[in-house]
Amino acid sequence: MARVVVDVMLKSEILDPQGQAVQRALPRLGFAGIADVRQGKRFELEVEGPVDDAALGRIREMAETFLANTVIEDFTVRVDS
Amino acid sequence: MTARIGVVTFPGTLDDRDTQRAVRLAGAEPVSLWHRDKDLQQVDAVVLPGGFSYGDYLRAGAISRFSPVMESVIAGAKDGLPVLGICNGFQVLTESHLLPGAMLRNNHLHFICRDQKLRVENAATVWTADYEAGQEISIPLKNIDGRYVADEHTLDELEAEGRVVFRYADWNPNGSLRDIAGITNAAGNVVGLMPHPEHAVEPLIGTGRTDGLGFFTSILRKLVNT
Amino acid sequence: MSERSERTNEHRMTLDTVKHATETPDTEQPWSELGLKQDEYERIRAILDRRPTGAELAMYSVMWSEHCSYKSSKIHLKQFDEKAPQNDAMLVGIGENAGVVDVGQGYAVTFKVESHNHPSYVEPYQGAATGVGGIVRDILAMGARPVAVMDPLRFGAADHPDTKRVLPGVVAGVGGYGNCLGLPNIGGEVVFDSCYQGNPLVNALCVGVMKHEDIHLAKASGPGNKVILYGARTGGDGIGGVSVLASETFSDTGPTKRPAVQVGDPFQEKLLIECTLEIFREDLVAGIQDLGGAGLSCATSELASAGSGGMRVELDTVPLRDATLSPEEILMSESQERMCAIVEPEKVARFLEICEKWDVIATVIGEVTDGERLEIFWHGEQIVDVPPRTVAHEGPVYERPYARPAWQDALQADDANALPRPVGRDELRASVLALVSSPNQASKAWITDQYDRFVQGNTVLAQPEDSGVVRIDPDTNLGVAVATDGNGRYAKLDPYTGAQLALAEAYRNVATTGAKPLAVSDCLNFGSPEDPAAMWQFAEACRGLADGCLVLGTPVTGGNVSLYNQTGDIAIHPTPVVAVLGVIDDVTRRTPMAFADEGHLLYLLGDTKVELGGSAWSQVAHGHLGGLPPAVDLEREKLLAEILISASRDGMVDAAHDLSDGGLIQAVTESCLRGGLGARLVVPEELDPFVFLFSESAGRAVVAVPRSEELRFTDMCGARGLPATRIGVVDGDSIEVQGQFTLPLAELREAHEGTIPALLA
Repeated sequence: MARVVVDVMLKSEILDPQGQAVQRALPRLGFAGIADVRQGKRFELEVEGPVDDAALGRIREMAETFLANTVIEDFTVRVDS
Repeated sequence: MTARIGVVTFPGTLDDRDTQRAVRLAGAEPVSLWHRDKDLQQVDAVVLPGGFSYGDYLRAGAISRFSPVMESVIAGAKDGLPVLGICNGFQVLTESHLLPGAMLRNNHLHFICRDQKLRVENAATVWTADYEAGQEISIPLKNIDGRYVADEHTLDELEAEGRVVFRYADWNPNGSLRDIAGITNAAGNVVGLMPHPEHAVEPLIGTGRTDGLGFFTSILRKLVNT
Repeated sequence: MSERSERTNEHRMTLDTVKHATETPDTEQPWSELGLKQDEYERIRAILDRRPTGAELAMYSVMWSEHCSYKSSKIHLKQFDEKAPQNDAMLVGIGENAGVVDVGQGYAVTFKVESHNHPSYVEPYQGAATGVGGIVRDILAMGARPVAVMDPLRFGAADHPDTKRVLPGVVAGVGGYGNCLGLPNIGGEVVFDSCYQGNPLVNALCVGVMKHEDIHLAKASGPGNKVILYGARTGGDGIGGVSVLASETFSDTGPTKRPAVQVGDPFQEKLLIECTLEIFREDLVAGIQDLGGAGLSCATSELASAGSGGMRVELDTVPLRDATLSPEEILMSESQERMCAIVEPEKVARFLEICEKWDVIATVIGEVTDGERLEIFWHGEQIVDVPPRTVAHEGPVYERPYARPAWQDALQADDANALPRPVGRDELRASVLALVSSPNQASKAWITDQYDRFVQGNTVLAQPEDSGVVRIDPDTNLGVAVATDGNGRYAKLDPYTGAQLALAEAYRNVATTGAKPLAVSDCLNFGSPEDPAAMWQFAEACRGLADGCLVLGTPVTGGNVSLYNQTGDIAIHPTPVVAVLGVIDDVTRRTPMAFADEGHLLYLLGDTKVELGGSAWSQVAHGHLGGLPPAVDLEREKLLAEILISASRDGMVDAAHDLSDGGLIQAVTESCLRGGLGARLVVPEELDPFVFLFSESAGRAVVAVPRSEELRFTDMCGARGLPATRIGVVDGDSIEVQGQFTLPLAELREAHEGTIPALLA
């Protein structure tokens, strides 16, 4: 079975409190040099049948309507090889 | 003499003042501890109260676990310092590996606030001595990440060693494995639980019950008698 | 930071300075895109005696918007001041962030209810969350520790697909933000009606407590005092229309996309609360203001205007989340979790130290000057030079036309009292089950259990009790009670009476728990002010509320107006939501709603008439809305409240519950289920059983009286002239209406508690 990965991230202009909290904790833990952190979600979809354009189209639609809230989030869809 | 019980405030801690009040009502002296201070001010015991430290960002308790005060709490706990973690405090204790397992999102995915019935399974810890094994108590539960999980081996070990301190009675509100609401470490000095005993210490307030006061009288009696 | 400096250079090259504006009087400006009318733009030019700079235009346009200036509602709202009853408890009146009421023992309480309707429709979770955040900062800015919140919510039909999208998001947002702040959520409402489809109402209330001497006001006085911005960094949140200006300025590169949705960070807000309270404790501020709508534009112009008038701000010192923001956008940004304080120079170091302790970013961005102008600079160049009062307080005032709609007569003539009623015992019994299981009358526990009601350890009563009660002094047991109510169906039938019914119900709810009502806050949710019918509804509701407050002696201390709640021509029901605050000297005397003792006698207080217009029964049984709402008798409400408060203080009643939508059977069902005991009811001789059970006559409550207190209680009611009718006894495990039907509690519980989870879980 093929795997398709959907990454969902807050849009760049949207405040990401979680990423900020992590970023601010890093120096205290001795991890220097990280200018920014943004936290997102990763979905791994095990696809039955071929991952063709039609399947990817359906997955994009799924991501757009369900996995991501496109008011505040962007997503990317890619085939995991 | 009385006992001095430290109550830690992390950024985002909510129930610190309530916990201090519960400590006072039990007759002990609450001492406020700040997350940035390593100095535990020679307290006799420490409570990590509930709330959303660091907003629960990343994972509940994951960032607090690295605060300076926790270095001292972790070291103290290994030397026998009594430590109670309530709700977010329990999450900090599991993230610190002072207690095994982890807390995940409730199985229904919602925050839940209710008067929760618990069965006391172990009345031998320093925090539960004023209860009796098998006793049922009701104290408020309020969290969104309250589902206790651990691998089967760990769970079997906890059961075998009597380290399950509380179980949810009559209804499991979050999908915790084996209905576990609270556990202790092998030495019995570190206890963590999801429900909030500090919110059940005064008649009329909250649920109107005082079933939670026993946590604080237990530790006081233990400390004063030794 | 090379990117930042490049951007800065661009800003400089295209900056619309005051000097530039003076030199280029004929430059076309996008005043219309910013929502200004021609005459408003001309007025700005007259005030400044030149064209405004882009930054000035942005400030005026947002501060003169309906949302900030109340230009359509102002002439009606002034009645709340003009008709305000004499009330010695008022320490700070209408006009500040929130009113402040004396509750005795040196304590003062501040409370306010506000709307966040439209943002909650666009993005339910964040809309509701930032609504909570905004009202909490309002209360904090008065110098108070926030001690409780509540959320009156209204959604479309319960079974509509969009309600399934909006409601869970709103509830999770209210909980996700409020729970994280450590504020108990102690009440509120959830109402379903198809009129709110596409226009949900998400109102939020916060209560705060302080000592009298800790009251802080939003003003900037004392030349030389520093202006400190603290809290979150400023991003492009909620700048909406102002981006027009930015795009004009940056024709070449253009700013990045601006978020349409503001994201709240409750963790940051919690730090802001604790940090601010510590700053108050050390008496480090001379004035303070939260940043809400219109952000820095609003905070700087209001602070300056309320103080001596002069302020100088270096806008480029504002810490940014997005380095590409233009000065206009920084002024307009509605990024959450920010506050602005005026601090004496010698206290600045300590102020910054406390902020550092709480990991809160704080920056001195300017100072109070001895002039009378608000002056804002960007890298040394002046981009704003205005009299702050003209921005903050001297916006346009409209006298919108209003007229009683043509359909009002037909609506009122469509008499609900003439609707077919259940015939026979079986139909009556089935009607009861249908009522208590209908979405509006069903238990809302599935929703309210997602809110923390215990945190802070002072909650005495919380939903579904008549009012939320919190203790404010553990040593003396002093407490406050708050209730919010509103009934859009009543208000649609008659907005004047509907507003008074909302007031009467909230007032009654506070008294039912044993507290003395003191003050009012309101959130007025209406349709478009450009529609004379909606404007008439608004005018009538204001008049009704102001008249009602005068009779009850409870002044309006503040609130909020939300207009344009409509889709196309279809407006929501006029929905004035009224919050009443009361004080209870000893919370141990509070009266809960649960019937928890067998044998206690049930008394119905007040008169029951045939009043079914706008009733829950007419909606559930017939989908009907017509006729007249129940009549209001405010003198009777006062008497009822006095009796309920005396009975609570002197221990004459053990439980009480107000009668409102759903009537007597709804109230008895709720009290029985809460206490886990049944009741035997006898229909009074002069009443028809259906009317007895379902009428919604106002000014009524049901109380449970211990037998030992019966004589004392009925004597008191008799002596004061309040009708008190013995209607039954607490008993058994079912509700029995003698001669009619019996309903086991288990069956009632399943009906009452199953509906909402079935619809939403």
